[in-house]
Amino acid sequence: MTPIAVLKWATFAAALSPAVWLVYGFFTDNLSANPIDYITDTTGLSALTCLIVTLAVTPLRRLTGWNELIKLRRMLGLFAFFYACLHLTTWAVIDQFFNVSGMAADIVKRPWVTIGMTTFLLLLPLAVTSTAGMIRRLGRRWQQLHRLVYVAGVTAVIHFWWVVKADFRDPRLFALALTILLSFRAWWTWRARAFSRS
Amino acid sequence: MLIRKPSDIRFSEITPKSLYLRRREFIGAASGAAVAAAAAFVPGQAQAQGGGAKLPNVGKSKYSTTEAPNDYKDITTYNNFYEFGADKDEPAVNARRFQTRPWTIKVEGLVKTPGTHDLDAFIKPHALEERIYRMRCVEGWSIIVPWVGIPLADVIKKLEPQPSAKFVEFITLYDPIRMPGQRVPILRYPYVEGLRMDEAMNPLAILAVGLYGEVLPNQNGAPIRLVVPWKYGFKGIKSIVRIRFTDTQPRSTWEISAPREYGFYANVNPKVDHPRWSQASERRLGEFRRRNTEMFNGYGVQVASLYNGMDLRKNF
Repeated sequence: MTPIAVLKWATFAAALSPAVWLVYGFFTDNLSANPIDYITDTTGLSALTCLIVTLAVTPLRRLTGWNELIKLRRMLGLFAFFYACLHLTTWAVIDQFFNVSGMAADIVKRPWVTIGMTTFLLLLPLAVTSTAGMIRRLGRRWQQLHRLVYVAGVTAVIHFWWVVKADFRDPRLFALALTILLSFRAWWTWRARAFSRS
Repeated sequence: MLIRKPSDIRFSEITPKSLYLRRREFIGAASGAAVAAAAAFVPGQAQAQGGGAKLPNVGKSKYSTTEAPNDYKDITTYNNFYEFGADKDEPAVNARRFQTRPWTIKVEGLVKTPGTHDLDAFIKPHALEERIYRMRCVEGWSIIVPWVGIPLADVIKKLEPQPSAKFVEFITLYDPIRMPGQRVPILRYPYVEGLRMDEAMNPLAILAVGLYGEVLPNQNGAPIRLVVPWKYGFKGIKSIVRIRFTDTQPRSTWEISAPREYGFYANVNPKVDHPRWSQASERRLGEFRRRNTEMFNGYGVQVASLYNGMDLRKNF
């Protein structure tokens, strides 16, 4: 196997591990006294982690010059969407138990639910257009569309921030990581513009 | 009158000497089993589950709920006790070696005889009671806990506060070496809580020293903690070292941390939402569907009159 293939499998295993743990923990009664909250927290945190790692691929590729890293990006992005789906389903089906009016009220009234839902809706078109066929069909517009992932990163971190009671260590860490990753892009964009002007 | 000759007694009827000499063990075991069996069927008496030191002479209480208590494991591994870590499974691990003896309680402020009391002497004059209470966390989950404690009103009467005392303030131990969570500035330590005097004198309020008939596990606030079941769980201050009587309303730790979100009263109220989430329903640990949250956590009969004429939206 080539190094990138090894890395791809390792990343796949790492990204899948929270889901495996949840299934194992469920059957061995290891998901705390409040399994529903535990599943909600774990899937949410996994979605956010995958999203941030997805956003790290391009800066890493440019900094290391290892262009093959790009082959990890779609998989990581789809994992983020996978966990976001589980997170949303846990809330809607298990926590709220299809209480549609209650959920609608929460989406309208509770900013952290609103922004969480927004994040999901931002990720949805990105997942749908992640196939090779879609990339070909959309051409230039594909890249424009997929810049939505930056917005989703910001809304996801805010969603996490707003749900925490007092211990902001983790949200702060994610906010810092996101700031650094987006700063790379801002810097490169600014430099490219300055360069083309001169 | 027929007198049997010794040869009429069959050998099988004679208890072997070895067993005869151990008869007390059998009686003990049998009566123990009978007590256990009886206790299992008596509502309002929770069986020891944890293997900790058993508390003697624990009376029952009319204030106990008849609902089945949650498992010992749930009660002792799902804790909000930031002094031992901010995740719910951390206190059970980080408090394991916490020493709760010797322990003193300092009584100060507007009280007849301020002073420092040894904990055991402080508890001793009061009869231990089991209180099986609902506990509703401000986060939206609830649990049924078989506490063992002493009525706070009895303690306060014995301490004889001055008539000018309007509030009672409780303070947790501050010792970042023994309480590693205090090294992380998530909340301002030491933890402070308070009650209005009439709230503190309400018969539902207790100082808990036990759980499931046994000494209180460290992660649940050992050696002594407040339990006020009509209020959100965070009012139940743990590991108390100071009790202060005062004429001004104390500022509680969560009030200081987020004044918009947590008030001094913190009464369970399904109609007054947390600014970020609804308080209309809760998940009882061990249940699948959410259930509706009750006003004053279902203790309105005992406590509603304390708040007559008060705007509970403002005094949340």
